[in-house]
Order: sequence, then structure tokens, then C-alpha cells
Amino acid sequence: MIRVENITKTFGDKAILKGISGVFETGKTNLIIGASGTGKSVLLKCIVGLVRPDEGTVYYKDRDFTHADKDLKTVIRREIGMLFQGVALFDSLNVESNVKFPLDTLTNMPEDEKLDRVNFCLQRVGLEGSNKKMPSELSGGMQKRVGIARAIVNDVKYLFCDEPNSGLDPQTSVLIDDLIKEITEEFNTTTIVVTHDMNSVIGIGDHILFLYKGHKLWEGSNKKILETEVQELRDFLFANKLMKAGTTF
Amino acid sequence: MKSIGSYLLFIGTLFTRMEALSTYVKRTIDEAVKIGINSLTLVAIVSTFIGMVSTIQTAANLVSAFIPKSVVSLVVRDMTVLELAPTITSVVLAGKVGSNIAGELGTMRISEQIDALEVMGINSASYLIAPKVIGAMLMFPLLVIVAGFLSLYGGYLVGTITNVVTGQEFIAGLRTEFQQYYVFMALVKSVVFAFLISTISAYQGYFTSGGALEVGQASTTAVTNSCIAVLISDYVVAQILL
Repeated sequence: MIRVENITKTFGDKAILKGISGVFETGKTNLIIGASGTGKSVLLKCIVGLVRPDEGTVYYKDRDFTHADKDLKTVIRREIGMLFQGVALFDSLNVESNVKFPLDTLTNMPEDEKLDRVNFCLQRVGLEGSNKKMPSELSGGMQKRVGIARAIVNDVKYLFCDEPNSGLDPQTSVLIDDLIKEITEEFNTTTIVVTHDMNSVIGIGDHILFLYKGHKLWEGSNKKILETEVQELRDFLFANKLMKAGTTF
Repeated sequence: MKSIGSYLLFIGTLFTRMEALSTYVKRTIDEAVKIGINSLTLVAIVSTFIGMVSTIQTAANLVSAFIPKSVVSLVVRDMTVLELAPTITSVVLAGKVGSNIAGELGTMRISEQIDALEVMGINSASYLIAPKVIGAMLMFPLLVIVAGFLSLYGGYLVGTITNVVTGQEFIAGLRTEFQQYYVFMALVKSVVFAFLISTISAYQGYFTSGGALEVGQASTTAVTNSCIAVLISDYVVAQILL
């Protein structure tokens, strides 16, 4: 479980996050949604420690991550897997080496165990047999799947995905969404996904946090979101004409 | 001043919170090969021609019946060992190695690869840059030795081919009043230059923000700042050691 309390972040004279609080439960796919520029990615970066909030605290299962010393931060970070918006695979390494990287660097696991684990993760994301391919030889969707395999290879407790569907076609987006949800349930991770993709919201949003101009305006599940009375959220949800026509799930 | 302070703090982060030693050994060997072997051709071409030109020009300026021909190679030797081999080689390497380091790290920064390392709990500065710095400090002295040898050999070849000096005279000049201390100085310079070029370029690349344009700017700034740092430190080291 991850808890954020009163997260505030300002860049220059522009306030990006204004006192965001919330709880992200274990075993659920938690979504942070909102229009572009509302601070979703900044909030995610505050949670994983890539950006230090001006105020507020992030707790990983009651461990204060924001004010932790370097040793505790390192311990917590080794429980984290993250899929970046641009995937961030290492260009010079093949698929196998990319996925094995956290094991090589952070563990003393024997080589054959590492390879077993890598093959398991690749098989889990549907990329068995792609070990020796270079990232540049893969499609966008395949790169995302390699990114997910690398994120989960080290038995992580927390999985973060920054716009996992960006640049993907609708079918591949659904595959990636389903994969994230399955992995969350299978490995019982606390998963946080930043997205503005409505298919993701409806499809995998066990718990959704809606940001608007740096504020949290709404929190709930995908079962409730279409019934919201919050006008800003309705404007966001029903910006698409198909959604206006009346979607049910 | 703020940049210098930030640069010094950055250097401090390179050798803290390090991973297992075995991780660095392999990476350092890889970086040493990349910096050393891949620069060998360029260093060989530059140093050989500099030796050839130095010999011709020195001979052209020492036209006197009272000056023995062997003085030509003596002058070329001291120029090469004290200045041309360490400094010119390092300026050339600032262009090749410096821009490579800044470009690589800048691209890793804007494509979130450095963020990925940080999220994994790895000290990205230490993991990525320490092997480059150590690799450069190991390889620059070797490249300077090669440059010095080829420079003198180039001088010998062109001197004997064009008959400005005989082979015997050239060798005699090389042996006249040879100071081993100058070789030590050249190696000290090369280590200092290696540290400056690799850390300044890494600093520029590591803190790149934006896109492809900024990566290009970081590479250019890395080369410019490295060259300036090499020339300033060249004076400082010479002042201290002579």
C-alpha cells in the first residue's frame, strides 16, 4: 500500500501539485488520470522519488520515503518496478540483458537462475524467444512488454506505469492494459498507472484519482466514474463523441 | 561559480553509494576499450603528422653552420614529450571522447534511461560515469605514450626521407640531455587531462534536459569546456612540476 499526504510541488512560480493526498491499495490497479499538464507524471515522479515534493510525504507501507535516508530509499527503490512513457530500455543491450539488468546489478543470483527468471518474465509478457533481439528491432508494443518484464523481474512490490499506452494502437493498448492488470493480481503488487486513455480508465481502473489543475477533484472506481457529477471530470470523460453517445460496461 | 560548485558536488556523487566491485570492473574494461582502442587510429594519425611537421619546421628555422643537425630532433623531442603528445592528444580526445560521453549520457537522460536506473535504486552517476572516468585515466597515459612514440617516429621518417637530418643525427639528438622527468610530467598531465575531460563531459551530458537539440548543445559545451580546462590545467601542472 502507498499513501501520499498533502503533496505539493512548484516549478518556478508555477504550482503543479496543490496538496494531493490519497491511498493506493495493494493488489489493485490504481489510475491517476487527468488532462495533459495537470501534474499526473509529476505526482508519479514524486511517488517514486525522481522529483522531491516541496511539501508532503509519500509512505510505502508506513515507511516515510520522502524523508528517508539514502539507505532506506535504496531498499524501497529495489522493491519498485517502473514502465516509463518512452520505455527507457537500454539501447546497447538486447532484450535478455535489459530484462536481466536489475538481477545483474542488484542481486547475487546464480546466472542460470537469472536466465530462468528472465525467461519466465518474457514468457509472461508473451515475448518468449525474443531474448537476443535488440530494442530497435521491436515494435512499440513489444518494447512496452519488455519494459514490463524488466519492471517485474526482481519480484517487485510496487509497479508504476507512466502512460503505458502512449503511441500504441487501440488493440495493443488493450493488451498492455490487460497485462498490467493480470500482473497486478498475480504478483499482488501495488500498481499505479498514469494515463489519459479512456479505455484504460474503464477497463482496468480499480481505483481512480482524477487531477485537475494540480488538485485532486475526484476519487473512486471505474464502476462509479461515469455517474460522476463533477463537471470537470465529465468534460474529461465525455470529450470523445463516442463516450457522449453513452458507454456502458 | 554556481556551475563549478555544482560540478564539484557532482564529482562527489561518482564515488558514493557504489554497486558491487565486479559490476565496475567489467564496465571499466568496456569503457577503457571504447576510449583507448577506438581512439588509437585518430591519435596515431594526428601525432605522426604533428611529429613530421614539427621536424620540417624546426629544421627550416635552424639553418646555421654553428647548430648541429641533431638539435632538430632534440627540439622536436622536448616539444613532443612536454607539450604535443599530452596536450594536443588530449585536445583531440576532448573532441572525440568528450563529445561521445556527453552525447551518450545526454541521450540516456532525455530517453529516461538514467531515471530508470535511479528508480531501480542504482546510483546512476556512479554506475554510468565512474567507469568512464577510471577508463579514461587508465587509457590516456597509454595513448600519450603511443602519440609520443609515433610523433618522434614520424619526425625521424620525414627527416631522413627529405634529407633535412640523417638517421644517426636524429637518434643522437633524441639521446642528448634526455630528461626522464619530462616523461613523468607528460604522464601526470595525461591523467589530469583524462579526469577533466571525462568528468566535464559527463557533467554536461548527465544534466541535459530537453530533446535532441539540447543533447547536441551539451556535446558542444562539453568539448569547449574540456579544451579550456585542458589548456588551463596544462599551465598549472607545468608551473607546479617544473
